[in-house]
Amino acid sequence: MSTTPTHPAQPAASGGTRLDPWFGAYAERAHGMRASEIRALFAVANRPEVVSLAGGMPYLEGLPLDVIADAMQKLVATRGTTALQYGSGQGDESLREKIVDVVRLEGIDCHPDDIVVTTGSQQALDLVTRIFIDPGDVIVAEAPSYVGALGVFRSYQADIVHVPLDEHGLIPEALEETLTRLAAEGRRVKLLYTVPNFHNPAGVTLSVERRPRILEIAQRFGVLVIEDNPYGLLGFDGDPLPAMRSLDDQGVLYLGSFSKTFAPGYRVGWVVAPHAVREKLVLASESAILCPSNASQLAIATYLETCDWQGQIKQFRELYRERRDAMIGALSEHLPSASWNVPNGGFYTWVKLPDGLDARSMLPRAVTARVAYVPGTAFYADGTGADHVRLSYCFPTPERIREGVRRFAGVVSAERELVDLFGTSGAQDPDLTDVENPGPNLA
Amino acid sequence: MERVVVLAGGLSHERDVSLRSGRRVADALRGTGIEVSVHDVDASLLSFLAQETPDVVWPLLHGASGEDGSVRDVLELLSLDYVGTGPRASRAAWNKPIAKNVVLGAGLSTPDYVTLPQSLFRELGAQPVLDAVVGRLGLPLVVKPTRGGSALGVTLVHRAEDLPRAMVDCFSYGDIALIERAVEGTEIAVSVVEGPEGPEALPAVEIVTDGTYDYDARYNPGRTSYYAPARLSPQVAARVADMAVRAHLALGLRDLSRSDLIVDAEGNPHFLEVNVAPGMTETSLFPQAAQAAGRDLGDLYRAIVTQSAVRQSATR
Repeated sequence: MSTTPTHPAQPAASGGTRLDPWFGAYAERAHGMRASEIRALFAVANRPEVVSLAGGMPYLEGLPLDVIADAMQKLVATRGTTALQYGSGQGDESLREKIVDVVRLEGIDCHPDDIVVTTGSQQALDLVTRIFIDPGDVIVAEAPSYVGALGVFRSYQADIVHVPLDEHGLIPEALEETLTRLAAEGRRVKLLYTVPNFHNPAGVTLSVERRPRILEIAQRFGVLVIEDNPYGLLGFDGDPLPAMRSLDDQGVLYLGSFSKTFAPGYRVGWVVAPHAVREKLVLASESAILCPSNASQLAIATYLETCDWQGQIKQFRELYRERRDAMIGALSEHLPSASWNVPNGGFYTWVKLPDGLDARSMLPRAVTARVAYVPGTAFYADGTGADHVRLSYCFPTPERIREGVRRFAGVVSAERELVDLFGTSGAQDPDLTDVENPGPNLA
Repeated sequence: MERVVVLAGGLSHERDVSLRSGRRVADALRGTGIEVSVHDVDASLLSFLAQETPDVVWPLLHGASGEDGSVRDVLELLSLDYVGTGPRASRAAWNKPIAKNVVLGAGLSTPDYVTLPQSLFRELGAQPVLDAVVGRLGLPLVVKPTRGGSALGVTLVHRAEDLPRAMVDCFSYGDIALIERAVEGTEIAVSVVEGPEGPEALPAVEIVTDGTYDYDARYNPGRTSYYAPARLSPQVAARVADMAVRAHLALGLRDLSRSDLIVDAEGNPHFLEVNVAPGMTETSLFPQAAQAAGRDLGDLYRAIVTQSAVRQSATR
């Protein structure tokens, strides 16, 4: 506090005390990492009185917890010295063998050696960015894009360029146009980041027809595709679509996760990567964390081995479909002045607010009304998106979803009146145009 | 003094700050050997208090029911001793225009202001009212919700055309706006603690930011420089201390408070607002002031809880 000794790293403040003596010492990439008003407002989102349509938390009450408890107990009793020991940097082999079966459901034919297990697919994003991106390199990403990916890209000082999507996913023509323009400008584009299935936050799915076209364009421009696919198995209609990786095993890094189909608490994800890239990923991962948690990996391997995981995913699909229906029904009933897409899977609805409203400006009012959402600005690197909100239907019950949407509609209508009254929306504070990271339970 | 319950959290916009304040105070008190539990304000609170039978409750709630007196009303109903100002005085102090009016009545200076509810703009139309505000108070102006803290919903407005936007931001936090003339000068916070001799001002803390002292500047260590004690002449330092103590007394506050003042170029302090539950986080002003006074935080907090137990038991 005020008695903190002055340190050489502390900029001269003519006798004043900066409460962080290292303020002048942080790397440039840490400058965007700060507490924000928006983040603070999310503190109430976990209170039971608040209907949180903000978080991307799976509904774990849907899991057979007693069965899992038995399996975990058995794991520690029989393989405890392995589970609690360091493991391989690439990840446990028995788990990688099972991941081969999981990704086969989306048409991916790969070998356990092609897989690197990571601490959630968030770490996979970090590793991929770390080994490919120098400051100033361009990453092309959908507009909007997953907030957690934008945070990683920004922390490596990537230059993020957005490409629009529509109801069929990323638009190939727009991608080609953007890559052409960037090439003409002499910019170095290294990665294309895409969430093809049940997009976070936009809820849309890249059509089967567009998948090879996107890959062809990326290949032509020498851009590596990151296919981030945590929701692919959570579709409400029909079989999973073929993964982009199933169409191209050299130009795609496929990121998978057990966080949405099983349990995020284990923090287990993976990358399917071409041989040379995989070697680098393993080395990068070892330097970052030595190895992913053995206990978590073996727990998941045990779950996949002893539980009906496909049946569980089917149950989740039914559960989330019912919640999606509740969300869409409530939006139609209470918020006819807005527009939204009807997602065919996953967790999120992307709602376009009535003209003139600002999603950030409304957030304090929403907190007062006991409902939480994520402002669209979180999903853009360029400060746009204030006209959208992401509403998730994964966690609250259908009844709570309806109540949450009813409250949200009240907030929108009060904000509408305010904006009409003063002829402007609020929250044009430039501080709020930075990428906001609303924290892990909102991922 | 054996058991203290710290109330932290609540459902206000400042929940996060309150949780952090609560943890800091609890840790400091534990360091002095007091048994402390931290509890949220939720449906389990009353049964918890009935079971715990604490010697003293310390409501470290910022915003809404924590500072508007209502939680304190409940503590009175339960005949529990608690730290800080009683419900009625909290209610007055928490409402910025009422607090300004009270201190004005006590002969203290506070920037000229108007209090305007959203409903009034609806009835009269926004622009004519805002024009009248600028015509009367001039520019720059500060727009803030009449209730609430941590600078949430507060905007410093330099140009008339930015006023509507500031109003929208303010009304997102509450239905009534306080618009006051912005006084250029040095931002000062003066914490007041009641001891055996009555209320006493701790050394003033001066706040220097590279912009406005907004939420970001308050809770991201580093953006703001603090001078504790403030760089004021002895005469001006005495004046700000006197103002904070007089505001504390005029508003009928108890145990502790923090007044936010601004000192103009002539060295005259102006009262802006007062906090009955000042922030106690790592970056908060009250703990900085206490440390500048050479007070150990654990000992000071212990003295505060001990005193409030004795006082309130005596008056019951």
